[in-house]
Amino acid sequence: MAEKKNKTTITAEPGKQELFITREFDAPRELVFRAHTDPDIYVRWLGPRDLTTKLETFEPRNGGRWRFSQKDKDGNEYKFHGVYHDVTVPERIIGTFEFDGLPESGHVILETTRFEALPGDRTRVITQSVYQSVEDRDGMVAAGMESGVVDGFERLDEILENMKR
Amino acid sequence: MARIPTTHDPFNAVAEPKRRRILEALGPAERSVNEIVETLGWPQPMVSKHLAVLKKVGLVHERREGRQRLYRVNMEKLKPIYDWVTPFQRYWSERYDRLDEVLQDMQKKEKGNG
Repeated sequence: MAEKKNKTTITAEPGKQELFITREFDAPRELVFRAHTDPDIYVRWLGPRDLTTKLETFEPRNGGRWRFSQKDKDGNEYKFHGVYHDVTVPERIIGTFEFDGLPESGHVILETTRFEALPGDRTRVITQSVYQSVEDRDGMVAAGMESGVVDGFERLDEILENMKR
Repeated sequence: MARIPTTHDPFNAVAEPKRRRILEALGPAERSVNEIVETLGWPQPMVSKHLAVLKKVGLVHERREGRQRLYRVNMEKLKPIYDWVTPFQRYWSERYDRLDEVLQDMQKKEKGNG
């Protein structure tokens, strides 16, 4: 039996331009950090399973650029790019993020990812994403609805699965 | 802009973490207040208070059986909320679950070399 998975928590308070993504890992901080900056490792978990991800530019250092594309089974391609503003080994990565597929360019997100060492060689990764407007943020999370705090829904998967039977 | 009171809007009602825990504790089953109290280990008045809010916004159904009141989740009401939250959450969960595997792999390799 697989051990219990760590839970990914998304926190998006109503009316704010930011959201937080929090997750703990059963691995030391240096390793988790390296998984974010080594291109061969990063590409393995950068996207969901059903998309093929390609790193086109990857310069994880102060002032470096990044660009990647993701292709789905039907051949649709999604592109993203940004710059690394600050890469401090092994504790912090600050950078920008933009999805190239929007009708107009310039909807940039400022992302700060912190790597906290926890007892027992574990690591907490907290990403704060700051959007240009509340609309941009809610548009990313959903379709323009005023949001609630949206963590803790994972167990509802089980509930809904059970309902289907 | 005035905010909709928690007690009228299902979205706001589930924004409160304790109420989500109650929904999770109910799961697919029908349970009495006492059973929820036992599962969560919270004081009974607290559970009753949150259940009342969930009932008011229609997220749980209440049924009387003898002297007991039994509660269950109203899936029809919960599903739109769930559908709204899920894709973004699922995107990150899936990515990070993959990272778990990658990290396990890295740790195995490091042990192999050392």
